[in-house]
Amino acid sequence: MPAELEPGGQESPEDATSPAHALELLCHLEPAARGSTACVTWEPAGDGKRVISLADNHILLWDLQESSSQAMLASSASLEGKGQLKFTTGRWSPHHNCSQVATANDTAIRGWDTRTMSQIYCIESAHGQLVRDLDFNPNKQYYLASCGDDCKVRFWDTRNVAEPVKTLEEHSHWVWNVRYNHSHDQLVLTGSSDSRVILSNMVSISSEPFGHLVDDDDLSDQEERRLEEKSQEPPQDSVIATYEEHEDSVYAVDWSSADPWLFASLSYDGRLVINRVPRALKYHILL
Amino acid sequence: MKNDFRKMEDEMDRLATNMAVITDFSARISATLQDRHERITKLAGVHALLRKLQFLFELPSRLTKCVELGAYGQAVRYQGRARAVLQQYQHLPSFRAIQDDCQVITARLAQQLRQRFREGGSGAPEQAECVELLLALGEPAEELCEEFLAHARGRLEEELRSLEAELGPSPPAPDVLEFTDHGGSGFVGGLCQVAAAYQELFAAQGPAGAEKLAAFARELGSRYFALVERRLAQEQGGGDNSLLVRALDRFHRRLRAPGALLAAAGLAEAATDIVERVARERLGHHLQGLQAAFLGSLTDVRQALAAPRIAGKEGPGLAELLANVASSILSHIKASLASVHLFTAKEVSFSNKPYFRGEFCSQGVRESLIVGFIRSMCQTAQSFCDSPGEKGGATPPALLLLLSRLCLDYETATISYILTLTDEQFLVQDQSPVTPVSTLCAEARETARRLLTHYVKVQGLVISQMLRKSVETRDWLSTLEPRNVRAVMKRVVEDTTAIDVQVGLLYEEGVRKAQSSDSSKRTFSVYSSSRQQGRYAPSYTPSAPMDTNLLSNIQKLFSERIDVFSPVEFNKVSVLTGIIKISLKTLLECVRLRTFGRFGLQQVQVDCHFLQLYLWRFVADEELVHLLLDEVVASAALRCPDPVPMEPSVVEVICERG
Repeated sequence: MPAELEPGGQESPEDATSPAHALELLCHLEPAARGSTACVTWEPAGDGKRVISLADNHILLWDLQESSSQAMLASSASLEGKGQLKFTTGRWSPHHNCSQVATANDTAIRGWDTRTMSQIYCIESAHGQLVRDLDFNPNKQYYLASCGDDCKVRFWDTRNVAEPVKTLEEHSHWVWNVRYNHSHDQLVLTGSSDSRVILSNMVSISSEPFGHLVDDDDLSDQEERRLEEKSQEPPQDSVIATYEEHEDSVYAVDWSSADPWLFASLSYDGRLVINRVPRALKYHILL
Repeated sequence: MKNDFRKMEDEMDRLATNMAVITDFSARISATLQDRHERITKLAGVHALLRKLQFLFELPSRLTKCVELGAYGQAVRYQGRARAVLQQYQHLPSFRAIQDDCQVITARLAQQLRQRFREGGSGAPEQAECVELLLALGEPAEELCEEFLAHARGRLEEELRSLEAELGPSPPAPDVLEFTDHGGSGFVGGLCQVAAAYQELFAAQGPAGAEKLAAFARELGSRYFALVERRLAQEQGGGDNSLLVRALDRFHRRLRAPGALLAAAGLAEAATDIVERVARERLGHHLQGLQAAFLGSLTDVRQALAAPRIAGKEGPGLAELLANVASSILSHIKASLASVHLFTAKEVSFSNKPYFRGEFCSQGVRESLIVGFIRSMCQTAQSFCDSPGEKGGATPPALLLLLSRLCLDYETATISYILTLTDEQFLVQDQSPVTPVSTLCAEARETARRLLTHYVKVQGLVISQMLRKSVETRDWLSTLEPRNVRAVMKRVVEDTTAIDVQVGLLYEEGVRKAQSSDSSKRTFSVYSSSRQQGRYAPSYTPSAPMDTNLLSNIQKLFSERIDVFSPVEFNKVSVLTGIIKISLKTLLECVRLRTFGRFGLQQVQVDCHFLQLYLWRFVADEELVHLLLDEVVASAALRCPDPVPMEPSVVEVICERG
């Protein structure tokens, strides 16, 4: 979707009866100087002073000063190569002191160091066709998920980019979004233009591959025995649920930042669906 | 009668008296001659004794003469006769002298015999004779055993060396048949003779002697087998097994005789083992040959597909290429089966062994060769699906189509035919598990399905790329009023028609939903009538979009959701439907990402109408095409700030013109 050129929104006609606040424009990030902008992301940690925007084949790092009323270009980098290279999406890694950014252009994924604006790693042919979205695992460093137009979702370890750690092929058309749950990174949400939202349980590559470990002191004898039986085999990766409430392509999915078990999905026909993780799984993960 | 009886009685009396008189006279004669009789007997005895003594006295000289003349046998006989007597009377000095002389001469005789024996120039029977004589002379038997075996070893080793010389690279190697003949007659024949002679001569030795012979035979036998295996290993190439089988047959036959003689040496078993090993290698060789032939025919197909068309001459059609590939594979399989069948022919000596009757047929031929080849064919075909980078640049899509049809044909008819042929020729007689026909057919069908799905994906991708580029690179906001259909749409229709023709060469038509008579004349009824007013009101009042959205959502509820990458059936219509679905969905998603000016929207409208005019006849259900194209235009309209659609009649005029 063509992104706005400004981080803030435009003013929309106010409806006196609605309680929504009006949006106020704070500052511009040098609009239209370098072509169309594909993506804008804030720094995950820190005091919200730094923003990265991807425009055509440039990465631009902005510093917001004076309570965000002014944006200074701190540094930038460009992608050189044959043909018209264009960034399609980008993501700021929450690890490594927020100094890494991953971007996607066509079928390649590149990692950049924001301190020097140089490329760290490059995953060529991450997908057979266009890469649509990226997400970093919030609990595990170096782990990255990507999804693309070849209907696949791939998980990568950025230390060894030759091969994906895992590949999921549950969707039957382009996958537009992939999202890790913010606290329990075995829950992965994907939305696709085949009108489905799939919630997967990627236990084997999560930060808790053998489930929640409980201290032995806290258990009574009965529970101990039961837990021993259950923890004999590590849980397998699986699809938890497929949500088919949408009638048209699903273009965006995301987790709620308030409740780690809620997620929302948005489809082309304007339908916003909010769902919960199944209760049995939630208790299984928590206990 | 009484007279007669009386006469007879008288005569009998007379006879009796006569007899008494005769007896009387006879006794008197014996008594007179008794004396002389005794004396004559004594003389005769003395004469015999004297003759013996003479013999004894003459013995040394006679022995010497015999030794000089070389009549060893005679000498040994003399010696044998005299030995016991000499032994008994050796306390008499004269006899002692004779005995000493004799011993000296005997020793010399023995030495000469040994020398003759050692020279070994003489053939085996003479050697056997020497040994016999030596044994009769009382030589210790173990020594003789050893020497005999050592001699035999020397001879046999010479044979082995000559065989080995034949293996060397410098002289042109004779063929396998001659080699085995040479080996068989030379070495094996010699071994037989040695074994027979040994057993005759040293039968008195008992098990120790037999054990020595067995060890000897085993050692030399293993060397012979090693040479034979080396020679057989050289028989690499050539699909013709007849020479090899005959050579193996001779080899095996030859070893039956020594095998019977020397049961403990295990020669026959070793020979059977060698034959089995060679048979297994040949099977592996044939399998490789079949695989290479399959790959070769695939390369030919690729070349034929890639060859530039000579003007005025049609290249080979896909159906022809398919027929060529199938027939060549079948002929290769038949040739392999025929040449392997030689191993189990009745005349061949080893065909009765349990391995050949059972395991060779079932495991070797049926499982490893035939089933193995079919499986490797399926795997090779599937590897075309998994090529990295799904651009499809490496494999021509026609090849995918051809392979999928080949696998389908195999599943329906050819696999069962081949396996029936195999089972007829090689009657399976053991109970080892064999792969049933149904498993193989299922595998072949699965391969065919994967190949066809991959073909649909690849072709769909090609058309999708065209559509995507056409949407992404055009400036829709400032385009002019459409006068004609865009060239890329015509390209799409042409490509789809070409694919239709290509698939139609190999696959049947398939079932299509009944076409309504006015399909090509259909306008955007849903779009133009009910939606038009609500959607394109210039003011964005909240109610209007809701109405149309409600309508479209209700519409969507009642229409089936379209599954884009659904499994493909084995007919042309299904393949084409899959390809068109993929392409139109791509068009839809790309259109949703752009912003259109008024004329941009109209251009999209014209293009979609054009596509609808031509694509409906390729798909199974034309509603599908209508639905997707309606969606495209609707999405474009939503992305347009100033949507004013073109009049349907004008759209039709433009499409008909272009």
